[in-house]
Formats: sequence, C-alpha cells, structure tokens
Amino acid sequence: MNNVFRLLPEQASTLAPQVDAIYIFLVAISVFFTLLAAGLVLVFGVRFRRRAGGVTPERPHEDSRLELAAGGLLLVILLVLFGWGAKVYFAAARPPADAMEILVTGKQWMWKLQHPNGKREINTLHIPAGKPIQLTMTSEDVIHSFYIPAFRVKQDVLPGRYTRLWFQATKPGKYRLFCTEYCGTEHSMMGGWVYVLTPADYEKWLVGQTGVAMTETPVQAGERLFVQLGCQTCHNPNSGALGPNLVGVFGHTVRLADGTEVIADEDYLRESILNPQAKIVAGYAPVMPVFKGIVTEDQLMQLVAYIKSLAGASN
Amino acid sequence: MSHAALATADDTPKSYLSNRFSIQSWLFTVDHKRIAILYLISLTVFFLLGGAAAAIFRLDLMTPQADLLQSETYNKLFTMHGIVMIFFFLVPSIPAVLGNFLVPIMIGAKDVAFPKLNLLSWYVFMAGGLLALGAIVRGGVDTGWTFYTPYSSMYANSHVILAVAGAFIAGFSSIMTALNFIVTIHKMRAPGLTWFRLPLFIWAMYATSLVVILGTPVVAITLVMIFIERFFGFGLFDPALGGDPVLFQHLFWFYSHPAVYIMILPSMGVVSELVSCFSRRRLYGYTFVAFSSLAIAVIGFFVWGHHMFVSSQSVYAGLIFSFLTFFVAIPTAIKILNWIMTMYKGSVSFETPMLYAYGFLGLFTIGGLTGLFLSTLATDIHLHDTYFVVAHFHYVMVGGGVMGFLGGLHFWWPKITGRMYPEGWAKFAAIVIFVGFNLTFFPQFQLGYHGMPRRYHTYAEEFQILHVMSTAGASVLGAGYLIMAGYMIWSLFKGKRAPANPWDARGLEWETSSPPPTENFLTTPVVTQEAYAYDKPSVTWVPTAHPIPEGHRV
Ligand code: HEM
Ligand SMILES: [Cu+2]
Repeated sequence: MNNVFRLLPEQASTLAPQVDAIYIFLVAISVFFTLLAAGLVLVFGVRFRRRAGGVTPERPHEDSRLELAAGGLLLVILLVLFGWGAKVYFAAARPPADAMEILVTGKQWMWKLQHPNGKREINTLHIPAGKPIQLTMTSEDVIHSFYIPAFRVKQDVLPGRYTRLWFQATKPGKYRLFCTEYCGTEHSMMGGWVYVLTPADYEKWLVGQTGVAMTETPVQAGERLFVQLGCQTCHNPNSGALGPNLVGVFGHTVRLADGTEVIADEDYLRESILNPQAKIVAGYAPVMPVFKGIVTEDQLMQLVAYIKSLAGASN
Repeated sequence: MSHAALATADDTPKSYLSNRFSIQSWLFTVDHKRIAILYLISLTVFFLLGGAAAAIFRLDLMTPQADLLQSETYNKLFTMHGIVMIFFFLVPSIPAVLGNFLVPIMIGAKDVAFPKLNLLSWYVFMAGGLLALGAIVRGGVDTGWTFYTPYSSMYANSHVILAVAGAFIAGFSSIMTALNFIVTIHKMRAPGLTWFRLPLFIWAMYATSLVVILGTPVVAITLVMIFIERFFGFGLFDPALGGDPVLFQHLFWFYSHPAVYIMILPSMGVVSELVSCFSRRRLYGYTFVAFSSLAIAVIGFFVWGHHMFVSSQSVYAGLIFSFLTFFVAIPTAIKILNWIMTMYKGSVSFETPMLYAYGFLGLFTIGGLTGLFLSTLATDIHLHDTYFVVAHFHYVMVGGGVMGFLGGLHFWWPKITGRMYPEGWAKFAAIVIFVGFNLTFFPQFQLGYHGMPRRYHTYAEEFQILHVMSTAGASVLGAGYLIMAGYMIWSLFKGKRAPANPWDARGLEWETSSPPPTENFLTTPVVTQEAYAYDKPSVTWVPTAHPIPEGHRV
C-alpha cells in the first residue's frame, strides 16, 4: 500500500493534498536549481578548463548586478513559499468548531485514547471518515509526538500541558501512527494504527458487539469525579457559593485578583485544578485545595471535559 | 613520524616539525602549528569512534526488526554518534586544525595572540572528550545529542551528567580558540594587510569566532541547568515541579542553530580558497562573500524556533521564525552563485582539493534546498523528526562541513606535512566518498517523506528497501574514508617532498617553506596587493634562498 518508490505516500486527509502540492513545488524548484548549479559547474569546468599555455584569466569585475538579480528572484520565490506554507499551516492549526474531540494521553511507550462516548483504546485509533476530529493531548511523562504520515499531521505531546491536533480523514483504510519525539528505550515501538471507518461502521464499532455503549463518557466521568472530589460543594451552580460558577466559563475571559485577564482554555482549567493559588479569580478567596497528586492525567482530562460541557449548556 | 624523513636540507631553517622531537616538545608546545597537529590527531580518533558507532547502527537498520542490537544499545549508539560527531569532531574541525595552523600564517604573524591559551584550549578539549568517552565506557548515554528535557533531566537513567559535562567543557575550548582568533586577526596582521586584502578563509574564521563567543555561553548555561535539575531536582524543566519542558529547547537551539554555522562557515571559507586557486582567479564578488559570512552569522541567531514548529510554540512565533529562516537562504544562495561565477572565464583545473570543492557545491546545494522544505511551515509539520531531517543535516554538515574540511586538508596537506599525497588515489577516494555519501543519504529524503521517524530502532517493513540502500551507501562511504586515511598516512613517510607552493597559489602561507619554520616567516612579510592576485606573477620565495623579489614587497 505504501510503495516507497512513488513520489508521494498515500494521501488520506483533507490536509494531505495541500501539503503535497507545496512539496511538489519544492521538489520542482530543488531539481531545477540543483541541475542548474551542477550544469553550470560542469559546463564552466569543461569550457574553461586549464590548457597548456592558456592565458591568465582576468580579475572579475566587482559588479553586483548579477547578485542583486539573483537575490531578487530568490526573494520572490521564498516569499511565495512562506505565504503558501503559512496559509496551509494556519488552516492546519485551527480546528473547526464542530470537530469531534478525542482525548489522548502519551506515556512511555504507548498511546491511550478515549472517544466521546467513553470508549477507550490503546495504540489504535478508530475514526469516522469525512468528519473533523480534534485530539486533545497530554503526556504522563516525557515529550512525545503524535504523527500520522498519511494525514501529514504531527504535534508534540507535552507533560503538564494540553496540545491539539485536528484532521479530517478522507477515505476508509488503515494508516500508520508513530511517536516522533525520541522518548526513551522503546521509542520506536510507540505507535500503531489508525483505522478510518465509514461513519456507519464507526457507530457500530463504538457500541461494540453488545450493541450498547457500556462505558461512561468522559463528560459523565468528569461529572462523577466533580461530585466525588467535592468540587460541587464550592462550585455550586447556584449563586452564593465559595467558588466561581463554572457554567459557561470555558472559552471566556476571566478577571483575576491581580487585575489581569486570562482566557479560560484547557490549560487554564488544568492549572486551576492542580494548583488553584496560581491564578485567583477576582472576588474569591484563595481557599481551594490543591489537587496535584490527587487526580491523574486521565481524570484531569475528564474534569476538563465536564467543565467544557457546562460551557456548551450556557450558550 | 620518521625523523629522518622530515629533516630538511642544511641551508634552510628547521621546520616546525623537525626542530625538536621529544614527546614533551609536543605536549608542551605553544606553537600554533603543533597544536593544530595535536587537534588533527585527536579529531581523527573521534571521527573514527563516531563513524564506528554509525557503522554498527546502520548495519542494524538493514532489517526492520531488532536483530543485531538491543533498543537500549541502539539508542546509546546514535547518541554517541551524534555527540562525538558534533561536539568533538565537526564543531572544532576546521577552526581547531586548519584555523589554528593557518590563521597566523595567512596574516603574516609568528603565532596567535595568546599561544599558551591556545595550548590550554587543546587540554580543555581533551578533558571534555575524555569525560564524554567516560560516559560511553561506563555504559553510555541514551538521550540523543539534543538532550531534550524532561527526558534527559528526569527520566534517562544513563550517564547524562558525564556526557553533558564533556560537551560543556569542550565548549570552553571553542571559546578560547575563538577569542584567540579574534584578537589575532585584529592585532597581528602583517603591514599592508588591510581588512579587504584578507583571504576569505580569514573572514570566515572571524565570523565563526563571533558566533562561538556569543552562542556557546548559552548552551553552557543550558547544560548546567540539566545538571542542576538532575542533581538537585530543581524543577526548571519538570512540569510536575512547575518547570517548563520546552524551555530547554529554546535555550538549546538558540545555541545549536548558530552552531550549524559554526560548522559550515569555516567550510565556506575553505571552498572560497579552493575555487579561487583552482580557477586561477580572484573570487567573484569578494566583498559580498566577506560580508555575507557576517550576515549569516548574525541572522543565524534569530531562527532557532524553526526547530520547534510542532513543539506547541504559538502559530505566530512559528510564522516569524519561518520568515526569518528564509532570509538566511539568500546570502547563502548568492555565495554559491559567486563560487560558480568564479569559474566562468577562469582557468579551471581538477586537482583533488577542487574535486572536494565540487563535491561541496553539489551536496551543500542539495542540503540548502532541502532546508527550504523544513522552513516552509506546512511541509515541516510532516517532515519534522523524520529521516528527511536526518538526510538534510547530513547533506549540510557532512556534505558541506566535512567535504570542506577534507578539501582544505588536501589543499594544505603539503604545507602542513611537507609531503605530497598520491594524486591518483586521492582523486579516486574523493569520488568514492561523493558517491557513497549520496547513496547513503539520498534515500533518506524519500524515507522521511514517506513517514519514517528518526531515532527508530525498529521500523515498518515497507521502509526496508531504502534502509538497505542507505546501509550499502554507508559501506561505500566508509571505504572512501579508509582509503583516504591509508594514503594520507602513507604519504607522511613516502610522499614526494612538497615545494613551498605546489599549487602556484596566492596567499602568505604559500610564501614560506613547506613545512614552515617555527616562527612561520624569517622576516615579517609586507603585503602590497589584494588577496587572490592570480593575474599577477607569483611572488613565491623560499626563505634565505631567494630574497623577496623587487616590486612585490616593500
Ligand atoms: C560515516 C557516515 C555516516 C553515517 C552512515 C551516518 C548515519 C546516521 C544515521 C542513520 C543517523 C540517524 C540515527 C537516528 O536518528 O536513528 C545519524 C544521525 C546523526 N549523524 Fe550521522 N552518519 C554518518 C556520518 C556523520 C558525520 C560525519 C556527522 C557529523 C560530522 C554526523 C552527524 C550526525 C548527527 C548529529 C546525528 C543526529 C544524532 C541524533 O539523532 O541524535 N553523521 N547518522
Ligand atoms: Cu513517545
């Protein structure tokens, strides 16, 4: 399926043809300039080779017009490349709003994934074709990098931080998944397969052989934790509680006690759970307990997913 | 080395090689030329070690499974290969060997400004090298030469501290050499040798020295930070302690990207000398080439973020770094044009050094062009940390850096040793090295675009055929290097004696005997013309035997 002697590897995402178009352009200019340089070197080498009794060459004139012209031509090509590359890069960096979110945790040496309905898998990722998918990723130890060559996407996965990656697969099939940031002894074993299914097959896969979704979804798990850990005693959706109301907080601006403002993104929520004293919301006392060491990365993701779902409810 | 073979005729002063022979006279020498030889010997040993590591893991990569090495061993081997090749071979190569030997001679000085510091720098270098070797002997390091945190600071259970200490200490040796060159070039030029009469090799060494002095302290601090983190658990990089895992990458690349220019600018300087000499013509666009070295050195400090497009750096930072990176390409590309245009209407000949210059032009052009794939944001997402990157940096660093070093070594070999190498063998080896190199690394571009990640011990079956090609190429390349080592050693004993100026080249180094006397020149030369005055007759003189011809020197 992946014939390494073809110019391009398999294209299986909406991004792939766009990246490949730039690649082909780059290959074309590279071939052109390499042949030009090699050609000139050979032609000059032969045409001006030293002959017995030849004349002494003249000193070259210090005339910069050739340099300027070459530099100018190059500048134009480089600006085109820069602009084109940036355009595709920006599109690749911005997940569409309706993307389906899958949670990913990297760990020496495996990928753990969780689907919106709660179904989990390790080192395999099943996704529906034709639907934008967003991965929200973090690592439990060192830096890893999530890479699906057929989709032309890659993103580092960091401990202590969330990173995102999105793609839309175009055709059902089986594609390789790799870790590309060196992460220790079994780095090269940290990967597996991405199975792109038709949407109908994906639905079937989700509920498995029993025909019913058995696991709780990340949002449900987050809600359960929210109660178990006692969060709701202070973050009571009804007013007058000790902590700020979390409904609708995700994605919005929060005023802090020191007068600054932050956007409540996943990283902010995560930090506020692990180390609440780091950023105190204006109008509240710094009384929230520290949850570092109490919740795992997976649980954190679920809590964040739950709080994000509250944002959806308010709109 | 055979003493008798190196002894010179009675009427000429003793050369730096033959004036004393004891071990102490070498280990405590303050002669820049002898120090260059000490470096040459140590670097050759390091290159062999690094090459042996590559040979072993390259062999292992012939098959997708781990059938020769264990993962642990594989990781340690590619780490050792990277650390040794970068910190203990390529960074010091041209400056410490050719630079040390030639900078004072090319500017008509007796020695560098601080000869004792120069000797100290070799000892410091060896101390760093021995620490790094210690790390290897005691069981190895498995972090990769980039030492990314938090893997290196918290998780790796190998001898990270020793290896880091080795690299750190070697950094001071580069700083000492750089300082010496800057002061020497400023203060000790012969009368009449103005800045714009300097050979371009000197300009390149000057620009490189600036980068070394500005950049090396940053990597030194960064390495100390890893040390602190591992030893005291400070939490600089560990997010569990409030550290930033990516901070290291910023600091590391702030040095290590400019370090690429530490490895390549000297080579560009050598190639300028070679192209000019073997085209018998002043370099086309001399001033441009001189200034562009400085420009590349400066811009090189602002592009480190192009190693981090997928590291979680903001998209806007990515945008700026990509933009600036494209700008470094322009002076570099115009330099290539200048070298090619020098041949136009020249009188071109193909001695071995020129073959290496040709090799440099071809490989460095490919290395540079593939750099564009990595500076373009969209394609870098796909290519980052794949074999495409491995191929790219080998084209630049080995195709550019090492080819330049070998070209320079052949060019100045007669000057350094007083012996000629066998031209036929040398040409043959140059061609074998060029072919072997391309066979090894060209398939890796294709591997990378098809998705083969770097630093993989085992891999998907479909990649095997390209890996087999690459390993076959590496054997050819290795054979080329060995042939070269063979005839070079042979030439030390049996090579034809070298005249003062075997290439009929211009430049002060060709106006003293081969090998030069300890003090380089018998009388201080006075320079009356620009560099590369190939349109004027040679003013070659052998000390004492021929006085300086009238009209050329005042
Ligand atoms: C003699 C022929 C050589 C061969 C066959 C070779 C092969 C390789 C291969 C296959 C890798 C990738 C390892 C991996 O990431 O899994 C590698 C990495 C590297 N090579 Fe070479 N190499 C050679 C010469 C050199 C030279 C002469 C230098 C520098 C002067 C050099 C510098 C590096 C560096 C810096 C790395 C990166 C190591 C890392 O990923 O940490 N190589 N080499
Ligand atoms: Cu990993």
